[in-house]
Amino acid sequence: MEMTSRELWTALHGMIFGAGFLLAFSGGFAALWALRSEWITARGAAGSGAWLVTSAWTMALFAWLAVLIGTYVIYPWYRAKPPAGATGSALVDYPKYLLISRPQTTDWHEFGMEWKEHVAWFAPMLATAVAYVVTRYRQQVVESATLRRALLVLYAVSFSCAAVAGLFGALINKAAPTR
Amino acid sequence: MPTPPLESSANLPDGGAWAAILAAGIGCLALGLCIDLAEASKAISNAMNFYNPTGDLAGKSTIAVLVWLVSWMILHARWKNRNLRSPGKISAVMLILVALAMVAAFPPFFELFAAA
Repeated sequence: MEMTSRELWTALHGMIFGAGFLLAFSGGFAALWALRSEWITARGAAGSGAWLVTSAWTMALFAWLAVLIGTYVIYPWYRAKPPAGATGSALVDYPKYLLISRPQTTDWHEFGMEWKEHVAWFAPMLATAVAYVVTRYRQQVVESATLRRALLVLYAVSFSCAAVAGLFGALINKAAPTR
Repeated sequence: MPTPPLESSANLPDGGAWAAILAAGIGCLALGLCIDLAEASKAISNAMNFYNPTGDLAGKSTIAVLVWLVSWMILHARWKNRNLRSPGKISAVMLILVALAMVAAFPPFFELFAAA
């Protein structure tokens, strides 16, 4: 069950922060959906609001940690250049170049990684906006369907971006592991 | 029976909430534009290479986050003491910005701008 330090960082990025973000979403989304004056009492608003705030800020924090570790720790390992003339199994420590060395795997980089590395960065900005608004403007969220709907959209888009990044991250790591 | 106001946000105008929402859309669009510009121009891509091990992703993401934070500060300063009259319009603008950002960040789209 030995793991290299790179595998540990990759697991932290994807399976702790990335997966944690995705798991926190459903509870937070349900709490936000239900935060409306016609459905809840004052006590309910206070209780579910507190849960929503915790969930939203956890998502935002996990999203930032995931993208920062991904961009500044793991991505350099992924895109490192191999020695000149390296081919075949010599590329196993250079995931990007391993993927683009064969037509069957090129698109994992050209499409998968190119999409994942960019779309992931939308998630923390959107999640932070949601967390801030439900913390500071909870009463307005309870009373305004327009505001609540906007937050639900931001929340869902944030989740979708993270889901795409997580899916391609897992599949790319399977095709060309970072070791 | 109406829900009694929550102490944390009772009587706060909603302008600050919409500022945060719109700024998030602006930040996303900024990232989309950075992606497309870097794809279109090697010079811009090189200029965005803030951290060599990461390449231009460092610059694209840093610029987008800065645009997001600055636009949030500006919008918050302008709207924090107001209840917006047309929040539906702000919501619609945010949706458009986010949709454009998603398209801009999609590889089959931004590869259309690939520099020769």
